[in-house]
Amino acid sequence: MGRGPLRIAATAVLGLSGCVALAACGDGNAVQGNREVAGGEAARGKAILTANTHGCGGCHTIPGIPNAHGTVGPPLHGMALRGYVAGRLPNDPGNLVRWISGPQEIDPRSAMPDTGITTAEAAHVAAYLYTLRDIPK
Amino acid sequence: MRTRALGAVLVKGGLVGGLAGCGGTQSALDPRGPAAATIADFSWILFAGAAVIFIGTMALAAYGVLLPDRTKGVPPIRFILWGGLVFPGVTLLVLTVATAMVGNAVDFRTHPEEPLRVTVVGNMFWWEVVYPDLPGGPLVTANELRIPVGRPVEVTVTTRDVIHSFWVPALHGKMDLIPGRMNRITLIASEPAILRGQCAEFCGEQHAWMALFVVALDPAEFDGWIARQQAVPEPPDPADEQLVRGRTAFLEAGCGTCHVIRGLAEGPYAAVGQLGPDLTHVGSRLSIGAGVLPNGVGPLAAWIAGVQDIKSGARMPSYSTLDGETLTALARYLESLK
Ligand code: HEC
Ligand code: HEC
Ligand SMILES: [Cu+2]
Repeated sequence: MGRGPLRIAATAVLGLSGCVALAACGDGNAVQGNREVAGGEAARGKAILTANTHGCGGCHTIPGIPNAHGTVGPPLHGMALRGYVAGRLPNDPGNLVRWISGPQEIDPRSAMPDTGITTAEAAHVAAYLYTLRDIPK
Repeated sequence: MRTRALGAVLVKGGLVGGLAGCGGTQSALDPRGPAAATIADFSWILFAGAAVIFIGTMALAAYGVLLPDRTKGVPPIRFILWGGLVFPGVTLLVLTVATAMVGNAVDFRTHPEEPLRVTVVGNMFWWEVVYPDLPGGPLVTANELRIPVGRPVEVTVTTRDVIHSFWVPALHGKMDLIPGRMNRITLIASEPAILRGQCAEFCGEQHAWMALFVVALDPAEFDGWIARQQAVPEPPDPADEQLVRGRTAFLEAGCGTCHVIRGLAEGPYAAVGQLGPDLTHVGSRLSIGAGVLPNGVGPLAAWIAGVQDIKSGARMPSYSTLDGETLTALARYLESLK
């Protein structure tokens, strides 16, 4: 009976330290490099992806976008963490916008077509993709 | 007219706030033709009448509960006779006559003007649209019904598979598509508009993505559209290698076993198939896949390679076996078919 409070305290300490340890693990994958897209607004990018005007969601699974569960291309979660864009270009804002607005200029053999998206729209979309920081474990 | 104004007031007053979102391209409460307007007016009368009866009944009940002394002397038989027989009898009689009159008013079969005839054939999960007797010969298209403003359009509906229902709420009520039967409904649009219709009879897993766009055009614009649709598309410019490649790919991948592209009827891989929508002018449509995606090179490529991700259960396989260059070429070619 006398040991009750002690045990509770011990459990609390253990529990707390567990939380701290877990919290420290949460951000294991750090964003490397610049993720600020000039002229890009994430909210507008999200609206463009939701309207699916360029078919992005038909080919890609994109977190946060309803009806975007394509499997033709890679899923776009964690785009802020990726080392490379499409395995070809170092992942930085300029290259991501370049890829989205004109993948065929980078590699005409890619299955991702030039969709006709403008550079301004691509910047908004890139800004949204850079809000994606989770890779499912 | 006055009842519609009443409806508008109710909506604006927030009394039926839940209905406020019902404006727009697919709403029976936002009519764009005389039939839908009559139906909407009548609906508001019914709504108002039902509200009055409901409130009256509740008031009587409250009266009886709260002031039992005042009602004690009334013999129950009088309530049953007047409230239970005479009143509903008269109301139902009036409504029966009114319904028949509304039914007559929205039936344009006797309209003096010669209607434009269109046949709409339901398929799981898309609509074939045929203009059978145009001066320049019949025209087949899909998922889009373009009509001239003001002229009656007699739509004959039928189906190749299961029962569907044709419903363009802003123009008229529903009409079922029944195997082996030709049902008719005559539409009139009173103003240029892009409206959305929807299959209204559950027909399978992609029933919800079986939409149909109705585009009401000024008569001159409509004639121009018909002329463009009847034309056989020019073969791609030989200098544009990608388009030429796209056309060849369409035939070699076997798309022609299910799809028609007029002008591609010769050779070992003729595009004459009847299992999918006519693609002769697919690039001119507002959407692809019966409303599931907007049109464009990106959505077309996505559809071809991943239709089963986008509209799982659609009667077309995903072609992710095409190499990237071919896929892009094919999408660009289809998009060029304006
Ligand atoms: C026809 C299918 C298709 C469409 C439409 C499409 N993509 Fe892609 N996308 C792909 C494929 C396939 C790849 C992989 C490309 C490669 O490595 O060549 C890809 C790669 C990407 C990448 C790189 C992903 C990574 O893991 O590095 C991004 C970002 C991307 N697409 C964004 C978009 C956006 C934004 C749109 C809409 C404007 C779009 N895609 C439209 C098929 C498509
Ligand atoms: C087995 C028959 C079949 C084959 C083969 C086929 N399709 Fe289809 N296709 C369909 C059907 C059925 C639909 C309508 C699907 C729906 O909306 O439910 C369709 C729809 C389409 C649409 C959208 C048309 C519209 O107006 O909505 C396009 C574009 C298309 N197919 C292109 C192709 C291409 C390109 C190929 C060859 C690579 C191909 N199809 C092969 C059956 C087929
Ligand atoms: Cu249906």
